[in-house]
Amino acid sequence: MPHRTFFWFFFPSGLAMLMFIGLPIISSFFQSLHIEPEQILMEVEKCDPFGCKTETKVDIEATNKLQEEQPLGRFNGLGTYGDRNHLAFDEIKEAWTNSSSIAEFTDILLNLPFYKALLFTLTFCFAVTPPVVILGFIVALSVNTITKSLKGPTIFGVILPMIVTPLIGSLVLFWMIDAKGILGSFIQFLFDDPNLSLKSSSQLTWITLIIYGIWHNTPFAFVVFYAALQTVPQDPIEAAIIDGASRYERVRHIVIPHLYPVATFIILICLMDNFRVLEPIIGFAAEGVAQSLSWMIYNDLRSENKMLFGSAGATSMLTIIGVAILLTPVLIRTWREFRTER
Amino acid sequence: MKKLLIALLFSFVSTSAFAGGHSPCGVTDGSIKILANEFTTYRIFMDEVKSCAGEGADFSVTHSVDHNKLQVAALSANPAEFSAKLVTNGSITTLMNDNLIRPLDDLVAKYGSALQDNQKIMIDGKIYAIAFMANAQHLWYRESILNDLGIAVPSTYEEVIAASEKIKASGKMANPYAGAFKSGWNLGQEFVNMYLGHGGDFFKAGTAEVSVNNANGVAALNMLKRLTEVSNPDFLTQDTNAVKEEWESGNVALMHIWNSGAASLLDDEGDQMIKADTRLAPSPSVGGGMKPATTLWWDGFGIATNTSDENAEASFRALLGAATSTEMANANPNATIWLIDGYSPGDTAGPVVDAANRGATPYPSLPYMSLLHGALSTELVEFLQGNESAEKALADVEAAYVAKATEQGFL
Repeated sequence: MPHRTFFWFFFPSGLAMLMFIGLPIISSFFQSLHIEPEQILMEVEKCDPFGCKTETKVDIEATNKLQEEQPLGRFNGLGTYGDRNHLAFDEIKEAWTNSSSIAEFTDILLNLPFYKALLFTLTFCFAVTPPVVILGFIVALSVNTITKSLKGPTIFGVILPMIVTPLIGSLVLFWMIDAKGILGSFIQFLFDDPNLSLKSSSQLTWITLIIYGIWHNTPFAFVVFYAALQTVPQDPIEAAIIDGASRYERVRHIVIPHLYPVATFIILICLMDNFRVLEPIIGFAAEGVAQSLSWMIYNDLRSENKMLFGSAGATSMLTIIGVAILLTPVLIRTWREFRTER
Repeated sequence: MKKLLIALLFSFVSTSAFAGGHSPCGVTDGSIKILANEFTTYRIFMDEVKSCAGEGADFSVTHSVDHNKLQVAALSANPAEFSAKLVTNGSITTLMNDNLIRPLDDLVAKYGSALQDNQKIMIDGKIYAIAFMANAQHLWYRESILNDLGIAVPSTYEEVIAASEKIKASGKMANPYAGAFKSGWNLGQEFVNMYLGHGGDFFKAGTAEVSVNNANGVAALNMLKRLTEVSNPDFLTQDTNAVKEEWESGNVALMHIWNSGAASLLDDEGDQMIKADTRLAPSPSVGGGMKPATTLWWDGFGIATNTSDENAEASFRALLGAATSTEMANANPNATIWLIDGYSPGDTAGPVVDAANRGATPYPSLPYMSLLHGALSTELVEFLQGNESAEKALADVEAAYVAKATEQGFL
């Protein structure tokens, strides 16, 4: 394609990306560098059904005046990034000098909100992605071999977890794993422990979330693999059959090498998606034990009555950096493959 | 304060309603859009608001348990998404901080002749909200179960634990106690109750400097921990509505939830055996203190600043009509404690009046309280799961609060 044609072809989507992705990112970045102006407090008399008393209140006029002078708020530089609720430099430095062992240091580190969330996010990413790729591949292979008349309904059944809205899917499962739900009581029966509850311990909640993640993401891998399977050339397969290769050998030596680039693509998308995990945490009411980076942003904007824009902006920036770091190895690999192919 | 509440709850002296001023109902123009929390009493109230607004008005109400999270964004827009918001002493502060609700003095002068004085929420001499009900969390128990085991109604949390352990030991119930311990706002509220019950203060007087990492805080946390040990192991996922379901399923013999829960727990739906066995009791005190470990709340409405005067007036009239409706209050005497003139309290009012008499603290309406409540919501979980000491958890709460309050400009 000539560069000129490519430019005009790409221009509309490029413009949309710039406007709806690029500009908001820049604006979040600027917001993350600022904190709210100082709140001027005053004592006033408040009367309610329980009586009158003197209480502290924000002096709206004085504070508004400050707000007008600095509409973005006070410039705080990278202060928000370094505070306790984000990268917590001071706390880490202190922990490093005061802790006697690596285990103690790790304990302190993972008690800080950002690192706690990062640990869950990474665990979720790396626990969900490999099974999704493997399961998706196996399901695609299986569906590819069944008779034509059954294929349609089977495919529909397989992609159902992806069709169901994540929040609804996780809520349905949340009720099913309740101690009195169908899955919850079955598990109690299985382990012969009437007090077993998947929601009560953090480890079991993490496992539940990871299993949900695999269930929800597998259809995506399946769809991509299934489409790619249709492009596997038949000649080498037939030749292999004549040579007496078993089904396993055919898959191992012909199909898998053919699907390699597709697998890279799936890993890329899955890592990116899972790094931003949010809905299952809300659906499973797991905020207490499992917090992700996206959940931190959500919490800054939704939990406090007051929205912490600076804090949410900083976490957003850190998430973007996290995704970039996570994807670098895969991108480098793709780039190398691309170059060797040329 | 005591006298005032008693006076308001049992004031049968009714000043004649609607005499003098304009009648608020029958709104013909303007649009009325209300944001409100979700529970049965509010539904009853909203039905009345709707009927007061009449057929001609453009009326809509959004019930959401996330109302507190939505309110600032929804009312900051100009024109605002909602013309009115149901507020409490917990949520009004945030709206006041950002100047999102307007003074109502002129509207009260025009339509508010039927209002009682204590319905008017006055801040710095101006009326910013109209209260219509009072609420508090208190103890609920199953009479037959306590009687069978010869347990007296607990009046302290220490007795609640002893009673729960006795019920557990008898094999009647595995997890006899329930409270709304869901991580998030509910868990924060449980700590607020327990900490105030121990006589603690959240802030150094007159400043936004937090102080919860002290003996009262540790004692409050340890008490919460002991309560969770006699609760369903899923306690971190149970909010008030989930606790009510547990109650209606007969899995719980003692619980500490809102007085307004009576509207759905004592209605004609669900297991009538359990309903007949449900009793309300005063909120227990804790750690040898005199005050009950609970907070007093009022619920009322405020009108958005960023809405047209026409919509503000329409919304005010419809809401005021319900907030002065003696018929509604007396038709639903047990739904809550109405602050409405001429209301005769039902059987369920006792525990809230008792809490007020024994000096329970109203939920602190300080501009930075919601930041502390948010920090409590997330930082206490690890302690309750046994992964952290009480002191460490409270130090985390303080550190999380300081970071947030600094960003908000309070420190």
